[in-house]
Amino acid sequence: MRELSLNVMDVVQNSISADAKLIAIEVREDIPGDRLSITVRDDGKGMSEEQVLQVTDPFYTTRTTRSVGLGVPLFKMEAEMTGGSFEIESKTGAGTCLTAVFRASSVDMVPLGDINAVILLLVTCNPELDFLFTRTRFGDEEHRFSLDTRELKEILGADVPLNSPEVVQWVTEFLKENTDQLLGKENEK
Amino acid sequence: MKSLEELKAIRDKARSSVEMRENTDAETRVLVGMATCGIAAGARPVLTSLVEEVAKRNLKNVMVTQTGCIGICQYEPVVEVVMAGKEKVTYVNMTAEKAVRVVNDHLVNGNVVTEYTIGANKQ
Repeated sequence: MRELSLNVMDVVQNSISADAKLIAIEVREDIPGDRLSITVRDDGKGMSEEQVLQVTDPFYTTRTTRSVGLGVPLFKMEAEMTGGSFEIESKTGAGTCLTAVFRASSVDMVPLGDINAVILLLVTCNPELDFLFTRTRFGDEEHRFSLDTRELKEILGADVPLNSPEVVQWVTEFLKENTDQLLGKENEK
Repeated sequence: MKSLEELKAIRDKARSSVEMRENTDAETRVLVGMATCGIAAGARPVLTSLVEEVAKRNLKNVMVTQTGCIGICQYEPVVEVVMAGKEKVTYVNMTAEKAVRVVNDHLVNGNVVTEYTIGANKQ
């Protein structure tokens, strides 16, 4: 994929297919440590020990339309190419947690890309699900912001779904402002 | 700075608006293929474009959503339009610009954009 944010979009689709109700996406940049890590955690139906071993095989998939499943293997390859790591923890009935770590300065690093567009699309196109997006940047200090759709829903109530135009606008601006601030803070130093 | 107060204002405005109390069951569903093949082929800008255009045109009975592998990976990005009581229309090789036309011609005016459909593009 051209951007890691597209890999995130891809693996979150797996969480959705696994009937997850809450999906937590965390992006953490560790500048002095030269690491970018992405964690996707869901409360879906999870995988058996055997499936966890198979899921990184490109020829393993649960879909019936094709016989390859490239999403997870691609993400793993991209992480390992940079000298990073990739881990999946899962238990049947208890959800799945996937962590991809990248060495940011590697020549093979894939850019993070437009992660806000991905979060916005996930939130607005799956209004019945909940997402917790956290973005952290550790430079001289740690700065972080998060978006929790459960909080938004509590305020908006049942009458206003997350895909209403004004809410979509609000989420777009919220993500942009907070990201600008997160990245801007580093440049000030 | 964006604040949760603004969300409260959105909620209050919605509650006072008669439109929101109407039946909001989507009569039309627009499904965008979001499997690995679709994402790699460029489905994200298509989805963004659809969501924006539907919001811009204020189409109340339309639900834009993501779907998994449809099985025609070489034609991705794929958009399926399902309207109550009508046959499903499958658009292939979609782009953000084509998506805008589909919203305006098909969703608003009811005219299927035949040249974008799978029937017109089969190899």
